[in-house]
Amino acid sequence: MLLQLKGVSLSFAGNTVLDAVDFGVERGRIQSLIGPNGAGKTSLFNVITGFYRPQLGEISLDGQPLIKRKPHTVTRLGIARTFQNVRLFHEMSVLENVMAGQHCRSRAGALAAVLRLPSQRAEERRIFETSLECLDFVGLTAYRDRLATNLAYGHQRRVEIARALATEPRLLLLDEPAAGLNSGEKQALIELIQRIRDARGVSVLLIEHDMSLVMNVSEHISVLDHGSLITEGTPQAVQNDPAVIEAYLGQDDEELAL
Amino acid sequence: MAWYDLFLQMIVDGLVLGAFYALVALGYTMVFGVIKLLNFAHGDLYMTGAFVGFGALSLVSGVFGAGWPGIFIAMLLSMLAVGCLGVVIERVAYHPMLTAPRLSILITALAVSLVLQNAALTLTGGQYTAFRTDLGFGGFSLGNLFLSWNQIVLVTTAAVLMIALELFVSKTLYGRAMRAVAIDKDMCRMLGINVSAVIAITFFIGSGLAAAAGTMAGAYYGSIWYFMGFLIGLKAFTAAVIGGIGSITGAMLGGLILGLLESFGTHIPFIGSEWKDVFTFTILILVLVLKPTGLLGKSEVERM
Repeated sequence: MLLQLKGVSLSFAGNTVLDAVDFGVERGRIQSLIGPNGAGKTSLFNVITGFYRPQLGEISLDGQPLIKRKPHTVTRLGIARTFQNVRLFHEMSVLENVMAGQHCRSRAGALAAVLRLPSQRAEERRIFETSLECLDFVGLTAYRDRLATNLAYGHQRRVEIARALATEPRLLLLDEPAAGLNSGEKQALIELIQRIRDARGVSVLLIEHDMSLVMNVSEHISVLDHGSLITEGTPQAVQNDPAVIEAYLGQDDEELAL
Repeated sequence: MAWYDLFLQMIVDGLVLGAFYALVALGYTMVFGVIKLLNFAHGDLYMTGAFVGFGALSLVSGVFGAGWPGIFIAMLLSMLAVGCLGVVIERVAYHPMLTAPRLSILITALAVSLVLQNAALTLTGGQYTAFRTDLGFGGFSLGNLFLSWNQIVLVTTAAVLMIALELFVSKTLYGRAMRAVAIDKDMCRMLGINVSAVIAITFFIGSGLAAAAGTMAGAYYGSIWYFMGFLIGLKAFTAAVIGGIGSITGAMLGGLILGLLESFGTHIPFIGSEWKDVFTFTILILVLVLKPTGLLGKSEVERM
């Protein structure tokens, strides 16, 4: 297992958000996390990335414990993420946005940066080249000098993915990457996600409401409801699981299929 | 003197004044950019910079003299020391308050200002200290216009510092991080950027620039005292607001504009130089009323 959660519980002011979640992502896998609104999916992402501190449980990446680590350390250890709402640095160029992702891989300290030591120049060069490669990977090299805010929404989403890749992750968390995309862009997103795994060897965990995309791209699906993991398995297995249908549609006597 | 000689002289005076305002305004605007704090102690860092520069000059003048070479070295030492002081102030006084309501940290800044002023008052007894240098009064004339070497060196030094800053912010790893932190701190944390380190660098540079201005002002005007930071702090704030607070280019521009306006303002008939400050702060009020975002500032939805 690349990512492993054991008995993770999170609550805010007595409200249970995650309830003893056991969850894992295998290396080299494209996995989806689905569940109704308010099931705790984004909270689970926030727990993994160190933004929320769970009251109970253990989280590890490749055997290294992540609990009580700060978000920037978690990123350095190899987990990157994108957001439901695009959160680019709007007033910076597309390339600068991606370069911000490379920051955590720089070795030169702050002092070397201020004093402009020669090691710093080589570093800048490396950051520039790696960032350019990431931008090329998502197919947006032509837009590198534009301000992020001036890009079309679908392109902004890809820049966000390039920026996440620039942190050189082992695991990429995508929070509703297809939200607001048209069908052509969704198809391109599926291909991009597969290339991220195939060409870069990055495991992908995504939260998504678009079921056709989820069924298309995932090799493994985990279903969260009311803060608990109710089932997981292959897309076919999950699709036909009565517990999943119930979670999505509420308790109902009628026969319903996803 | 013909009218245009007077005009040119006013421009030169305005540039010198504007260079000081711009250097101090930069620290204001950078700190506001990264932690949205109006650092009212910033003017007092300028004062501290003047005193540290004075002390450093007396140490190094034996070797380097008390002309510009010695002053430069004293200035660099002062920038380093006051830069570190700025970082310590941020760590001790502001960092614990970053998640508190905005008003709390503003009051903390006023407290830091009082601490610095009163420390200087106690140490100097409130007397003016003569900032002795070997700077002459030489220069050259262009027609009826007189330019002193001191003015030229001063404006050039300020320009070099500002160009270096602009390059740092636009071209380097931590410069980009600084801009990114100003836009979205949480996102920066998630990208693995050490936000605390970026904030520390911002304070270091901002305070260092104030110290550079303080040392040069001391050397140029010849005397320093514990209260010298108060007025320039307010004026640099005015300059930052004119340029658009949070904008680095805006602070440079705002400083120059304010310096020039003050220089011209003192020559308006019936408004003598004693009305200078009234003139400056009237401009502040006008900008705040008419264009609160300043020349280069962006309007931002207030998120308290």
